[in-house]
Amino acid sequence: MGQPQQVAGRRNAAVQAKIPVAVRPGFHVNSNTPTEEYLIPLKLTWTAAGALESGSVTYPKPSMEKYEFAEKPLSVFTGDFELVANFKVAANAPAGPGAAVGKLHYQACNDRACFPPKTVEVTIPYRVQ
Amino acid sequence: MSARRLSFALAAALLAGGLIYFWSPGPRSVRTGPVKPDKDRHQAPDFALKDVNGQTVRLSDYRGKVVLLDFWATWCSPCQIEIPWFMDLERRNKDKGFAVLGVSMDDDGWESVKPFLSQLGVNYRVVIGDSETAQLYGGVDALPTTFLIDRDGKIAAVHVGLADRRDFEDGVEKLLQSPAPAADSRAALAAVTLRSD
Repeated sequence: MGQPQQVAGRRNAAVQAKIPVAVRPGFHVNSNTPTEEYLIPLKLTWTAAGALESGSVTYPKPSMEKYEFAEKPLSVFTGDFELVANFKVAANAPAGPGAAVGKLHYQACNDRACFPPKTVEVTIPYRVQ
Repeated sequence: MSARRLSFALAAALLAGGLIYFWSPGPRSVRTGPVKPDKDRHQAPDFALKDVNGQTVRLSDYRGKVVLLDFWATWCSPCQIEIPWFMDLERRNKDKGFAVLGVSMDDDGWESVKPFLSQLGVNYRVVIGDSETAQLYGGVDALPTTFLIDRDGKIAAVHVGLADRRDFEDGVEKLLQSPAPAADSRAALAAVTLRSD
């Protein structure tokens, strides 16, 4: 996962943070809306957003890929993509820098095997103007 | 396409047509590729894990049997392809000294696994694994990972990821052809005991 760029905004302003994600060639992760109930979705959640009020996360459009191990195509993310986190700067936010911390949970497979679900920490630096 | 993949594709195509058994002119030859020779086998580490009834299952309980030890998880699609194969192997070979033992690596344990087993009608024993068990077997990071264990409790073959069904069938068949040395030893011991009496 790449390092998100710093976001900046005034109090009550809506700000967006782009989080770059790269999946190694030959691997895929389930999308945020997997086609089967038993599959673990990719999910970004915020644990400590600081002076930001967390809003929705925009996921890219998944691709439907057919693998030897599944009868139907699966909804997956592959290659490089971005997640967009939407925030609102809190009305009482103190001016200055801070960081929103979250977790990205995902589960990856290649065309013959799957790997245990993992969680990586996501940190978005911000500055309240 | 590799020869292995090609043979799998052909077998799948023939099976789909329901023809493979009718076309077989006689007993099919056993491919021995993935099964290691005796001298290269190492003892399978023992473990004690709970089954769905809360009973402790030890791998050593299966000594004298050929065991297919399958590390899997409910979220693993390739695992779900293999499970019906293992159910079939269990059904066909359970009376010949063979058993399948599934080790689920689901973090939430029986909460996910129990309904899954019921839904599929899994006919073999399943236990819930943990990181300690996985470490005993080299980490088991990729699922499915399946070990074929001989009657002496030694690892005869390892399959990481989705394998060919025939590799399992041939491996089990080959290992079942070996005599059960543990039973032989017991018989010999009994004979010695009788003589000493």
